[in-house]
Amino acid sequence: MSSLEEKFARVRASYPPQMQGSLVVPLLQLTQEEKGHVTTEDARIVADYTGVPLMQVMEALSWYTMLFRQPVGRHVIKVCRNIACSLRGAERMLDHLERKLGVKAGETTADRRFTLLCVECLASCGTAPAMQVNHTYHEELSEAKIDRILEDLA
Amino acid sequence: MSEGSVFCNFEVTAESHTLEAYRARGGYQALRTALTTLQPKDVEREVTLSGLRGRGGANFPVGAKWSFVNKASPVVYLCCNADEGEPGTFKDRWILEHSPHQLIEGILLGAYALGARHAFVYIRGEFDLPLRRLRGALEEARNAGLVGARIPDTAFSCDIVVHRGAGAYVCGEESSLINSLEGRKGYPRNKPPFPAIKGLYGAPTVVNNVETLASVPWIVAKGGAAYAAIGNQSNPGWRLFGISGHVNKPGVYERPTGYPMKKIIFDDGGGILGGKPLKAVIPGGSSTPVLTAAEIDRITLDAPSLQQAGSMLGSGGIIVIAEGTCMVRVLHVLTRFYSHESCGQCAPCREGTPWMNSIVERIVAGRGEPADLENLQRIPEGILGNTLCALGDAAAMPVLSFVKKFRPEFEYFVAHGRSLHDGRLEA
Repeated sequence: MSSLEEKFARVRASYPPQMQGSLVVPLLQLTQEEKGHVTTEDARIVADYTGVPLMQVMEALSWYTMLFRQPVGRHVIKVCRNIACSLRGAERMLDHLERKLGVKAGETTADRRFTLLCVECLASCGTAPAMQVNHTYHEELSEAKIDRILEDLA
Repeated sequence: MSEGSVFCNFEVTAESHTLEAYRARGGYQALRTALTTLQPKDVEREVTLSGLRGRGGANFPVGAKWSFVNKASPVVYLCCNADEGEPGTFKDRWILEHSPHQLIEGILLGAYALGARHAFVYIRGEFDLPLRRLRGALEEARNAGLVGARIPDTAFSCDIVVHRGAGAYVCGEESSLINSLEGRKGYPRNKPPFPAIKGLYGAPTVVNNVETLASVPWIVAKGGAAYAAIGNQSNPGWRLFGISGHVNKPGVYERPTGYPMKKIIFDDGGGILGGKPLKAVIPGGSSTPVLTAAEIDRITLDAPSLQQAGSMLGSGGIIVIAEGTCMVRVLHVLTRFYSHESCGQCAPCREGTPWMNSIVERIVAGRGEPADLENLQRIPEGILGNTLCALGDAAAMPVLSFVKKFRPEFEYFVAHGRSLHDGRLEA
C-alpha cells in the first residue's frame, strides 16, 4: 500500500503539467478513499499541493455530492430513487432498507457500519431497481436480494 | 446483435471487451488507415458527410462542431463526455463496459482530426465497472503503443486521461464539464464564446458524447456516405436506445434511426408489464416532454418525428409508463430530481425548480391548492429559455407536458386530496 503522497504524485504525473487545477477533485477523492471523509485540513493539503487557492478547493469540496465532509459509515449504501427505479420498486427497496437498518435515508447506524443515502439516476435504468454499496452496483433488486447483500457485508 | 451495425455487432462474452477481441473484429484498422492515408481534414469531412449528430441529447451536427475549432491553435483539447446521468439513459455505459476500445479508437480519430494531443474522458464518479473497463483498455492501448506515445510509422500521438466526476448531473453540460475538469464547481459558462473557441483552460475544446465518438471508427472505416444512408435521411445512423420502466425486457437496443417507437416498445422491449395498456412514454431521457399512448402511434425514432410530436429524441432513453400509474407522483420524482440538481447559478432555475417541487410535493401530500396548477404552468414558462444552460429547460419541460397532457389527474388530486390511481408508481 503506497502512501497518500505517492498516490498524489501518480495522479499529478497523469495530467499535463499546466493543469494543476484539474488535480483538485481527484486528490480530494483519493483522500476520501483513504480516510472516509474530507476535512478542511485535508482540503488545505490539496490546496498547498496544487497551488490552487484554498477557497476554490473548499468550493469544490462543498459542491460535489460524492465528497463527504462528515464521517460516514463503513459501508455507504446509495439507493437510486429516480424515475426508472421508482417505476420498478425503488420506494419498496428504500422502505425495506430503512426497516432492516433502523435508520432513515441520510442517516448512519449507531454502530457506524452503514450510511443509507438516496441518490439520483445511477444509469441502471435497464436493470432497475438499483443501489450502490461503496463502489459496487447491485441491480434488479428485490427485498430478498437486499437481505443477501446485507448479510454478505456483515 | 445486428449485422453491420456500429455497436452490437459481436457476441458479448467475458473477453469481448479486450484489445485482442476488438482487434479480431477489425478494431483499430480505421485508425491505422486514417493515420497512414488520410489527412485530418479528410476525417472531419467523412464525419460531416455522415450526418452524425451528438448522441448525448443535444443532437448537434458533429462535423459542424469540429469545424469551429482553429486547428492551427497551439493547443486543442478533446473531451469525451462520459458523465451519463440523464434519467432513463444507460447506453454509454454499455459501450464503456463492452467495447471500450471502440471509444478509445474514436477518441484517437477525433483527436487526429482536431489536432488534439491530449484528450480527456470525463466519467461519472459513480461508475464502477465502466471505469475499470476503460482504465484496463487504456492500459492495453498504451502498452500496444496506441495511446501516449507516437504511434509507429506515423507522426501522431495523443494521451488520454480519465477524469472522474464527483456527483453532479449538470456536469454533463459541456461548459459545466469543462469547469469541473478545471477543478472548479460545475457551473455552466455563458456562451458565446463556445468551447470550440475558448474551452478547457482557455484553449479550443471539443466535448463529444461517448456514443458519438465511438461511432467515428465505423464512419472512417466505411465512409461517411454509407453512414448517411442508414435510417432517417435527415437524422441518419445507428443509435443505442435504452428502454426502461414498465416493459418486460428493458435494456439497450441498437436500431437505425427511423425505427418505429411502437416496435421497440412492444417487440424489442417485450411489451408492457402484466399485459397492461400503455399510458405514456418519455421518449428521450427524463427531460423530454412526455407523450401519451395515443401520440406514439406513428412516431419513429428520429429527431424530426419526435419534434413534430412536440417532444425530442434526446439521449434515446425511452421510459415506458403503464396504465394505472399515478402521473402526479411520477412528476414528483422528476421535480425532486431537478430541484436537487439545479446548480444554483441562474435565478430562474435555482428558484423555480424548488418551487415547482414544493408545489407538486404539496399536491402529492393531499394539500394541493386551486392555484397550484396555474403556477405549474407559470413557473416553468418563466424558466424556459432564461438560463445559461439547458438544465432549466430540462426541468421545465416535464412539468409543462405532464400538467398539460394529464391535467384531469392533477385536478383530481388537488380537488380530492388523493391520487386517482392510488399513488401507484409500480406496474
